[in-house]
Parts: sequence; structure tokens; C-alpha cells
Amino acid sequence: MKILVPVKRVIDYNVKPRVKSDGSGVDLANVKMSMNPFDEISVEEAIRLKELGKADEVIAVSVGPQKAQETLRTALAMGADRAILVNTDEEVEPLGVAKILAKIVAEEAAQLVICGKQAIDDDSNQTGQMLAALLGWGQGTFANTVELDASSVAVKREIDGGLQTVKLNLPAVVTTDLRLNEPRYASLPNIMKAKKKPMDEKTVADYGVDITPRLTTINVSEPPVRQAGEKVADVDALVEKLKAVGAI
Amino acid sequence: MKTLIWVEHDNVSMKDATLAVVTAAAKLGEVHALVAGSGCASVADQVAKVDGVSTVHIADDAALANALAENVAPLVAGLMDSHDAFLAPATTTGKNIAPRVAALLDVMQISDILSVESADSFTRPIYAGNAIATVKTSDSKLVITVRGTAFDKAATEGGSASVEAIGGASDAGISAFVSEEIAKSERPELTSAKTIVSGGRALGSSEKFEEVITPLADKLGAAIGASRAAVDAGYVPNDYQVGQTGKIVAPEVYMAIGISGAIQHLAGMKDSKVIVAINKDEDAPIFQVADIGLVADLFDAVPELTGKI
Ligand SMILES: Cc1cc2nc3c(=O)[nH]c(=O)nc-3n(C[C@H](O)[C@H](O)[C@H](O)COP(=O)(O)OP(=O)(O)OC[C@H]3O[C@@H](n4cnc5c(N)ncnc54)[C@H](O)[C@@H]3O)c2cc1C
Ligand SMILES: Nc1ncnc2c1ncn2[C@@H]1O[C@H](COP(=O)(O)O)[C@@H](O)[C@H]1O
Repeated sequence: MKILVPVKRVIDYNVKPRVKSDGSGVDLANVKMSMNPFDEISVEEAIRLKELGKADEVIAVSVGPQKAQETLRTALAMGADRAILVNTDEEVEPLGVAKILAKIVAEEAAQLVICGKQAIDDDSNQTGQMLAALLGWGQGTFANTVELDASSVAVKREIDGGLQTVKLNLPAVVTTDLRLNEPRYASLPNIMKAKKKPMDEKTVADYGVDITPRLTTINVSEPPVRQAGEKVADVDALVEKLKAVGAI
Repeated sequence: MKTLIWVEHDNVSMKDATLAVVTAAAKLGEVHALVAGSGCASVADQVAKVDGVSTVHIADDAALANALAENVAPLVAGLMDSHDAFLAPATTTGKNIAPRVAALLDVMQISDILSVESADSFTRPIYAGNAIATVKTSDSKLVITVRGTAFDKAATEGGSASVEAIGGASDAGISAFVSEEIAKSERPELTSAKTIVSGGRALGSSEKFEEVITPLADKLGAAIGASRAAVDAGYVPNDYQVGQTGKIVAPEVYMAIGISGAIQHLAGMKDSKVIVAINKDEDAPIFQVADIGLVADLFDAVPELTGKI
């Protein structure tokens, strides 16, 4: 079984994003970029399934600029077998990404796609669900535990009130939540080996899908800034303050 | 414009998350509500009374009992022939279903909106709420998820919508519900609580969390929240997590206890009215957003506070 893992290159989660003064977006010049944290979890899960003998090949895919090669190399260094870069300098919306992924899934005859639940830049939380819809597959979103069999996958999902388990026929799409696993660090020898693993370069045109954006960003602004209040000396002063604001 | 809203429920009662969606949808036009479930007639009756709802469509079918997206999305997509916009709460159910509907309609979803600017433009948070984008859509049908804390709740009385049964539901046959572990609690729900007491990694164990945080929450009649670090360490269940990837809350009072204030945590609570922080590190980032801060060891300060209120 082949597993496809879409990985996105995004601002590193430790960096505080700064809004550009002209309101056109977030300043990404000279900012540290990394693999979307949820996608590291997806890569880890796919590799574990392969190590368990439940999958034969793990293919990492990224839709993005040339630099997204680095993200794919990270996936290869973690243990993915090969990578596909769909090279574009345009910003591709989740619907467009899902359409490209649907074509790759068909081409590769992948049986399972493991996406992150959300990219930490656009915070859309859509791509996996859209891909599942386009393919007519089941979707196990916000996965906390994944159990793969020959013909089905059981996904324990993190939902608002607790946990829910669903069983999906294969092929299927899974999206990962934070507690699914702890991604490994790539070892130095594996980073070296990753340099020799195959990476295909494609363009959006190769897949013949229309990725014209449907949304236009008119403006990006800073959220209202919260002013720090005051520090109180002790618990008695805290109780007074809480009374003053009507909290108790 | 005719809107269709997703009613969040458990087949018995409507969830509060629905009410903010009614308010958002009313800004676009006429509000029709979809109650999709199994044996969910009582839910439809409740929704019919919500102020601002004009029609309730009830789809009662065993295949809809657990709101599996594979079964629900085609039903919603079909109803979009006669509606212009589909709005769902940005809950785990809404986030699961709405993008699937959007893809079936070949439109982009607008996630987690904070405001309705006009019939085709909306604001939404990006980068964990560190930026707010105003986006305009060119799609002919709208699919939207709504951030609950950003809109007032519609009144649960005052409406008198008609209730119409609809068919068209079926089991797509590709997914099945197996089981659910829903934590039962007497406490107010995190997303609707007036006061929240949240604990972080500093608590050190589930026993200490229970011993220190719970009595304070009990005294205040508060909901209990947590940072991701506390959830990951197993001090509390995952649905306690507040933040970019957990729950978004905006209570009257939010108490962050032994929580450093990482941007991902702030993303979930910085719109609270009053933020109180107790942390032993005077430079902890949480103090930059806290209205009231106390630099102290929580194991001394919190029991003392609980005793004095
Ligand atoms: C993709 C992604 C998504 C994330 N989403 C979320 C999210 O939704 N929600 C979330 O919370 N986090 C999230 N995180 C994690 C986040 O980055 C932080 O790691 C996390 O919030 C830290 O939790 P904490 O404040 O409890 O722990 P720490 O950062 O370890 O802070 C503990 C604090 O306790 C204080 N302390 C220690 N002992 C005491 C004592 N005895 N008395 C008083 N104070 C004490 C310390 O000074 C410190 O400030 C996410 C991370 C990633 C990568
Ligand atoms: N440009 C992209 N390239 C590869 N994968 C992507 C891309 N955009 C989104 N994804 C995948 O879709 C998930 C959810 O993204 P989003 O819907 O944008 O929040 C991510 O965690 C990735 O797995």
C-alpha cells in the first residue's frame, strides 16, 4: 500500500508573525520557515505504518515554491521514500491543493492520504476534507489514533466533547491532530541518505487543474493589541482586584 | 440571500454553538436551519423558537445519527440548489463537514469568520490570530465556518419558524460510527463559561491539577481549561485544551495558572474580558496580556486564593 503525505512549508511555529505595514500580508522575508507541525506528525505516522509492515511506500508531496524542496528533504530524512514537488510561486488555496493532490493520488494509486489537520499560516483546516470529497473517500479528521487494516482504517478522533472512533473503508483520508504521535528527529546519516532519494519536480500545468484563487485578500491587519495590566503584590491584593472587576 | 445553517446537537438538544451562527447568518439574509440527525424532532422544536430563524429543515435518518461527513455533506450540497450560503460553527463537527460541502460545490470555504463585512467579504484570523485578514470571495455559493466567540448568541425564544421534513439522506457506505467517549461533567462548557480556570505544565501531575485547580474552579463555578503541555502530559483530557488548535474561548474572566503564554495558547484566549495570570516567572509572556498578574508559586498562591474567596 502506498501512503501519500502532503507537507506544507510554513513560518516556523516559534516565530511571531509580523503584519506588513501596507496591510498586504505577513512579512516572510528572512523569517525561519519549517514543515507545518501537523505534517511532521503525518510523516511520522506514515513511516510508523511502513515500519509495522502495513505500508510499502511513503510519498511526500508539497505544492509550493522551489524552497519547499527543503521541507520535502526533511520528510525524506525522517523516512519517506520519495518526494514530489509541485512547483509554483502562486499561493494555492486549499481547494486548489486538494485538486492537485487528487490527481497525484490517482496517478500513484495511493490507498491512504495522511494530511495535517491545519496549516499554521492560513489556519484553514480544509484541505484533507476537500480531498476526501473530491475522491469520494471517507475522512478521519483530527486523528488521535490510527489503526490500519488491509481494507479499512479505524480512526479515533479528537472532538469537542472528547473522543470519537470511526471506521473508514480504504482508500481514505486521515488528518492528524497533535497527540497522534511525537515526530522523530532525522539523524545525520538519514539526512545524508535523504539527499539521494528521488524528488520529482512538476508544475501545476502537468496536472491540468485550475487553481485560480476564489478568495482575494483585501487587507491584513494586526489584531487589537492587549495592554498589560498591573501586577499585584500578594493574594490579598489579588482578591481585592478580582472583587473590583466583579470576577468574584 | 437565503442562508442554511448547520444546527449542532446530540439528537436531543441543540448546542449553544448554533446560536452565534444564527447571528452571523442573519447578517447575510434569511436564516434557514438544518437539523440533520436521527430521532431529532425535539431539536427541531428548539431551533424553531430561536429568534431569527425562519424555516427549520429536519432530515431524520439513521444514516445521519452521528453526523458522519460522508453522509451529511451530499445532503447539504443538495440543499444548496435553493440556498446561497451554508454556515456552520467552527466546532470539530462544523470543521469536519463544511469543507466537504465546499468541495462538492466547487467553492472555497471561508474558515472561522470573525465578522461579516458585506455579502461577499469577511474577516478571519490567520497565523494563530496574529493577523486578521479581510477576504472577498468570487464564488457564487458561500460556505463559511463561524467563530463562536465573535458573534452574539441569538435568543432561544421569540422565533416561530416552520418545521419541514426533508428526505434525500442516505448512507454513503464508506464510513461508520464505532464509539464515542464523551466526558460528562457538571461544569459549564468551556466555550460558553463565564469564568475559566486554566492550568499549565507547572501543575506537574493530574493529582496536583485536581488538588489545586479544581477547588478554585468549584468556588468560582468555573469551567476548567488547560494548555497543550498539560494535556499532552496527561493531566487532563484533550478537550480541555485552549488555543490555536484547541478551543477558542472568550469568557468574562480567564485565569491562567502556571501557563507561560505561548502564542498558540494566547490565540485561544486573548479575547477574554479580564485575564488573570499566576506565574512564578515575572518575565513570562502571559503577563504581557494579563490585566491582573501575580508573581508567585502557584502551589502557595492558588490554595490561599481559594481559601479567601
Ligand atoms: C502546531 C502547534 C499548535 C499548538 N497549539 C496549542 C494550543 O492550542 N494550545 C496551547 O496551549 N498550546 C499549543 N501549542 C504548544 C505551545 O507552543 C506551548 O508549548 C504550550 O502552550 C506551553 O504550555 P505551558 O504554558 O503549560 O508550559 P510551559 O511553556 O512549560 O510553561 C509553564 C509555566 O509555568 C510556570 N511555572 C512553573 N512552575 C511554577 C510554579 N510552581 N508556580 C507558578 N508558575 C510556575 C513557568 O514559569 C512557565 O511560565 C502548540 C504548539 C504547536 C507547535
Ligand atoms: N501547499 C501545500 N502543499 C502540500 N500540502 C498542503 C498544502 N497546503 C495544505 N496542505 C496539506 O493540508 C493540510 C491542511 O492545510 P489547510 O487546509 O491549509 O489548513 C496541511 O497540514 C497539509 O497536510
